[in-house]
Amino acid sequence: MSAWDEDRIARLLAELPPAPEGWVQAAQELPAARAELDGLVERAVRDVAFRASVLADLEAALRETGHEPDPARVAALRARLSSS
Amino acid sequence: MGDEAAWRELVERFSRYVYAIAVGAYRLGRDDAEEVFQEVFARTYEHLDRLRDDGAIRPWIGQLTRRLAIDRLRAGGREDLTGEDVDSGVADETLARLEEAMAVREALATLPDHCQDVLDRFFTRDESYVTIGEALDIPAGTIASRISRCLGKLRDELEGRSDAPRASGEQVTA
Repeated sequence: MSAWDEDRIARLLAELPPAPEGWVQAAQELPAARAELDGLVERAVRDVAFRASVLADLEAALRETGHEPDPARVAALRARLSSS
Repeated sequence: MGDEAAWRELVERFSRYVYAIAVGAYRLGRDDAEEVFQEVFARTYEHLDRLRDDGAIRPWIGQLTRRLAIDRLRAGGREDLTGEDVDSGVADETLARLEEAMAVREALATLPDHCQDVLDRFFTRDESYVTIGEALDIPAGTIASRISRCLGKLRDELEGRSDAPRASGEQVTA
């Protein structure tokens, strides 16, 4: 008998339902959201105290600079600051 | 990768995997799962230069998602949990199934679009024959035979592959 019988394939297909469309779209638009944060990240790189305040409250930092603090932007900012 | 289209494709390719680990394996609530989901892709984007090898991306994403999900569980008041507890207890069996499920999805992606569509709608989205028939503009009475033919093609594709599903065991340093 094949290791890939059709019942098993059917069960495995059901294991990976689609993620919510809005989550996928936000992740796909990450390059654009990331680019919007250039000014904020550049200032954080230059100014250690500012960087510390941004890292202490990412959502507030986004709000104060006119960005919606949605999960995708918060994650993008955290990832950029971690890698800069 | 500077190409936005390639990035969109990468997200499309791994979005179900990340979602299933966060929600299926670790049972995160919606808000926590969304934060983990976005964090995984944000960190992946920052590390793309170091993930040139296509075969390295899946294990890297898998391990990162697991680590972030465990962090989230701990932050949610389960400070008593260790990574070992979570990995060996609740999630291990599900994670192994998800690895196999990804192998099936990768094989599915090689089939004609009409097969991908009908199998995804029936088995993953749990749509009825009537709903599928209306969406694809084909008689509901022909759906069962189309599913059967496409499932056979998918089985043939899987049997023709020699690669076993990869384990998500590579170290993540993000």
